[in-house]
Parts: sequence; C-alpha cells; structure tokens
Amino acid sequence: MNNRLINWFKYASPQSFYPLAGKMIPWFVALATVFGLAGLWLGMVVAPTDFQQGEGYRIIFIHVPASWMSMFIYLVMAFWAALGLAYNTRLSGMMAQALAPTGALMAFLSLWTGALWGKPMWGTWWVWDARLTSELILLFLYIGFIALQASIDDPRRADKAGAVLALVGVVNIPIIYFSVKWWNTLHQGSSVSLTKSPSMAILMLWAMLLMALSFWMYSIAVALYRARTIMLERERGTEWVREVLQQEGAK
Amino acid sequence: MSIHWNSFGEFLAMGGYGLYVWGSFGITAAIMFMEPIIAVRNRKNLVARLKRQARAERNKEQ
Amino acid sequence: MIGMIVAITARDLKLAMRRQADIVSVLFFFIIVASLFPLGIGPEPQLLKKLAPGVLWVGALLATMLSLPRLFADDYRDGTLEQLVLAPQPLGLTVIGKVIAHWLVSGLPLALLAPVLGIQFDLEMDALFILTVSLLIGTPALSGIGAIGAALTLGLRGGGVLVSLLVLPLYIPVLIFGAGAVDATVTGMGAEAHLSILGALAIAGVFFAPWATAAALRISLE
Repeated sequence: MNNRLINWFKYASPQSFYPLAGKMIPWFVALATVFGLAGLWLGMVVAPTDFQQGEGYRIIFIHVPASWMSMFIYLVMAFWAALGLAYNTRLSGMMAQALAPTGALMAFLSLWTGALWGKPMWGTWWVWDARLTSELILLFLYIGFIALQASIDDPRRADKAGAVLALVGVVNIPIIYFSVKWWNTLHQGSSVSLTKSPSMAILMLWAMLLMALSFWMYSIAVALYRARTIMLERERGTEWVREVLQQEGAK
Repeated sequence: MSIHWNSFGEFLAMGGYGLYVWGSFGITAAIMFMEPIIAVRNRKNLVARLKRQARAERNKEQ
Repeated sequence: MIGMIVAITARDLKLAMRRQADIVSVLFFFIIVASLFPLGIGPEPQLLKKLAPGVLWVGALLATMLSLPRLFADDYRDGTLEQLVLAPQPLGLTVIGKVIAHWLVSGLPLALLAPVLGIQFDLEMDALFILTVSLLIGTPALSGIGAIGAALTLGLRGGGVLVSLLVLPLYIPVLIFGAGAVDATVTGMGAEAHLSILGALAIAGVFFAPWATAAALRISLE
C-alpha cells in the first residue's frame, strides 16, 4: 500500500541519497553544458541587434537567468527549510546549506551584470532602481543566512536556525519588494529597464530561456555536489561513510 | 538562423559595448569555473582529513 | 492571556530599571550618531533638512539594533529563559510581553528624543510631529522583528555583529515607510499612507513575529 511513500523516504536519508546524487550530477552537468552552448549560440551569434539598446542588450542573457535563479534558489531553500522543520529530516538542512552559496553568487552576478548594463544605458554603474535594490537586499539575506549557519557549531541547531531565518526571509521578500517599489516610484526611478526590451523577438526569448535552463541545471549540479560533501562531513564515523572513504581510496 | 556577425573582430567589439558585454560574460564564466573547483577542492580536503582520522583511530586500537 | 503579557512586561521593565545605564547608553548612541552627520556633511540648513528624515531614522534603527542582544541574554544566562520555554503558557505570548517591554525602554525614549534632534536639522514643527509619530508607530515593528534575530543568535560568539547582518535587511521596509512619512511631510504631501502601512508593519512585528521568535528560542535552547 504505502510502497511509494516508503521509497520516497528512503531517499531522504543521507546514506541512500549520497550515491543517488553522485549518479545524478554528471547528467545535470551535461544538461547545463548543452543548454548553455545552445543558448550562447542563439543569443550571442544568431540573435540580431536590438534597435534601442544596440549590442549591449546581450547582457540580458546572463542578467535575467542569474536574477531568476537567485530568487528561485531562495524559494527552494525556504522549501527545504520548511520540510526540515516539519518532518525533522536530516537531508533538508544539508540541502538548504548546500544551496545558499550558489544563490548568493547568482545574486552577485545579477548585480554585477546589472551594473555593467547600467553604465552604458543610464550612464552610471549603479542606479537605485527597484529591481537592483531588491536584488541587493536578497544578497544581504543570503549573506545573513550563510553567516548564521557558519557561526553555529552544532549542525542540527544550525539547520533549524537557518530554516527559521529562511522562512522569515521568504515572508519578508514580497514586503521588501513592494516597499522598495513604492520608494522608487516616489523618487522617480529610471524608466528604462534591462528586461523591458520592447523588441523582445522570439529568438531572444528562446536564447534567454535556454540560458536560464542552463543556469538552473548548473545550480542543481553544484548544490548536489556540495550537499554530498556536507553529508560526508556530518555523518563521519558512520558505517556508510567508512565504506565511501574506502572506495575513494581504491580509485 | 543565419550568423549575425560579419567578422570575429566585430563580434568582439559588440558594437562598442564590448567592455560591458564581455565584462559580464567573463565574470560569469569565472564564477562558474571557480565555484565547482572550490567545491571539488573542499571535498578532497575533507576526504583526506576523514581518512587521516580513520587511520589514527585504527593505530590507536592496535 | 493579556494578564500574562502584562506580567511579563512588568517583570522585564523592573529588571531594565535596575540597569538604567543600558537604556541611557542607547539613547546617547542615537544622539551622537545624529550629531555626527552634520559634522561629516557640513552645516547647510537646506541639505540637512533634506537628509534629516533618513539620518534620524537610520540612527534610531541602529540604536534599536544595539539594544537587541540584551532582550534575551540575561534570562538566558541565569536560566530563566529555559523555564519560560518549559512553562505551560504559550511561548509566543511571553515573547510578545518581552517585545513590548523592550519597546518601552528603547523605541519609546528614542521616539521622544527624536524631535529634539530634529531641531538640530532645522525641521519644521509639522515634520517634527510626524517624525515622532512615525517613530512611535514604527519602532514596535523594529523590536518585534529584531527579537527574531536576537533569539536566533542567542549564546553565539560574535552575536552582536551577527544580529545586525540578520536583522538590518528585514528592517528596510520600516525604514522606507518611516523616513518616507517625514519626507512626505517636508515636501508637502500627506503622510497618512506611509503611516498606515507603518502601522500594519508594527502589528505584524508585535503580534506575528513573536511566534517565529518563539520557534527560534526553542531551537537555541535545545
């Protein structure tokens, strides 16, 4: 009766998830590479010039995927956090911890590319535009999460404290975005936006989607890899880690 | 699906936006190159450390 | 239920009164920060008037944040907190009581002090009034949200700096609407919209955030 449920929970233990993740990583790397090459080809080689922003608009092919991933990873992190608090599974906290650095890097990339786009378009590296500002705050939230987990020695407490913080952050993100937007309209922010290219041709959209898929697969691959390392560290001294270590030596 | 550029030089120049476009793509490439390398190095260090600890424990038992 | 909140608040207030130096030093921090800005920027009244809402609000924000660690630290050290967590009463209500007490000794005096500092920045009467009102409404939210950070970092090394990393990003909406209310008054627009959103944030901060704080306290005391 409950076979399917049991199978799911079987993978929720680090011991059985470790080899599964190991098998999955090469596939995600391959997918990331294929999508990335296709997206770069379409976006950088085939796509025509934007009549308003010239060739500068091509930054969009990494800016938008990086922004999407930075927000999406935070949501996934909060999802794992909620799961960990509700069911007290060991794996959830490890996944959240493994995701955070990649999310922070994505937020950083989004800011960096936003600045490099803003310089030729707005004439300054930084504009307090609602999106850029929200992205900066998201980066702060990631840094807070990482710093909190890093300063707690007991991994169980680190997981749970991080989970509460991630959930509080996820409740706050819409409020923060709304308030920054309100603040921005009051102070007459810039009206030109990187994502509002009027002539967004189908081809460009495809290139952007392919790049987003590539970033997504990349994030999964790195996070799974990091999660495997965390599993070994936390479960050291158990029988299965000893076996894994012996196999590592044989290679 | 024709190639948009006439020459490689034109591709590099990006219509005058070369610095900004390649600055963005360059940092992205650097990060996506470094992040996995650091992850692999961390894992290798951990495996080596755990092995040392295991050996030390075995020696203690003997 | 209300009786219990009042009892906790009264207890915390009594304890805070024994350590009046803590309260006073937070206030002096606020005064000093606010006085540093004109020295750093220059004495032009027009410029100072423009900067005043933001400077005073950021100063109040930082001062509140400095007072956060002592919200639970004393009770944690002498073991009272553990008993409060194990008590049959819902922990969230206890936290609400402590948040109210924290506001009474940090947010309230800051709000009452702010108009005096506002005069230094050449603010008009109506702007001074809205500054006080916005701080009165907004600082409870700061105490409520800050309590989450204080609970999460309980007993950790480097707790003080960590609290600011966790809490300051979450303070941004309060800052925007609080300083925005004063700014709107200075520029001649009404501050009602700002103040009502600030009120909503304060209600969320005092009545909803404590439940997250309660969860965080349980985790920290495990």
